[in-house]
Amino acid sequence: MLELFLNFGLPFLLLLVAYFVGTMLEKGHFRSIRKREGEYAKFPVVTFDTMPDDWSASSGTLVSGSVVISLDYFKRVIAGLRAIVGGRIKTYEPLLDRARREAMLRMIEDARRDGYDAIFNVRLETSRLANSRGDGKGTAGVEMLAFGTAVKFASRFARTQ
Amino acid sequence: MEISNTESIPGRTIVQFYGVVTGNTVRAKHIGRDIMAGLKNIVGGELAGYTELLQDSRNEATQRMIQQAESMGANAVVNVRFATSSISQGAAELFAYGTAVRVE
Repeated sequence: MLELFLNFGLPFLLLLVAYFVGTMLEKGHFRSIRKREGEYAKFPVVTFDTMPDDWSASSGTLVSGSVVISLDYFKRVIAGLRAIVGGRIKTYEPLLDRARREAMLRMIEDARRDGYDAIFNVRLETSRLANSRGDGKGTAGVEMLAFGTAVKFASRFARTQ
Repeated sequence: MEISNTESIPGRTIVQFYGVVTGNTVRAKHIGRDIMAGLKNIVGGELAGYTELLQDSRNEATQRMIQQAESMGANAVVNVRFATSSISQGAAELFAYGTAVRVE
């Protein structure tokens, strides 16, 4: 009986726990992301590689934000099943999305903390970290990095409308 | 030392180019962090220990790049790019490179 539980019950229980805790954490994180994105809505962040013409900057520096995320047990199992038939892996999409948005928010927070007014030439990078064990098991993570050049405007009204 | 990932430093003029400067660091995860990350892997989400580790490593790579620029006599690095590569199991290389310049 115990053996049966260890073989089938435990993985199933783990899957259930991973699903509920994972979903809860994800919802909480999305709430926090949306709230902060709302707060920073007026902070200009652009991907242009030169400054927009109406910006007049007095100084600038490099700012960055990053997040390392892991794939939870439930999502990996679902993705494993999905890989058999192919197609869209819906469980991974929100995970990567929130990590990338979190990295962007950290970059913005970094710039605001030092009193910068805007960020341009924003670049986003994704890199996969190696598994800690050779057999392909062990912890693997994905790093999302956002970086750009933060500028201080020459005067408070430098940004003409 | 001023750094940016654009072709100029906002509000400054480039007066001299010195060439490409690079900085790198190779880091391994430590076992304590790995165990915590292993637990976190069950429910998913951010691996805060790894975020911090990579952030520190990237800062160090950037510092090395800046040192190289300083030794050339530059006072700014423009067009900075970052690269990450996992070279073997459990180790990652963080790499930063850019162009050393003098600005006024």
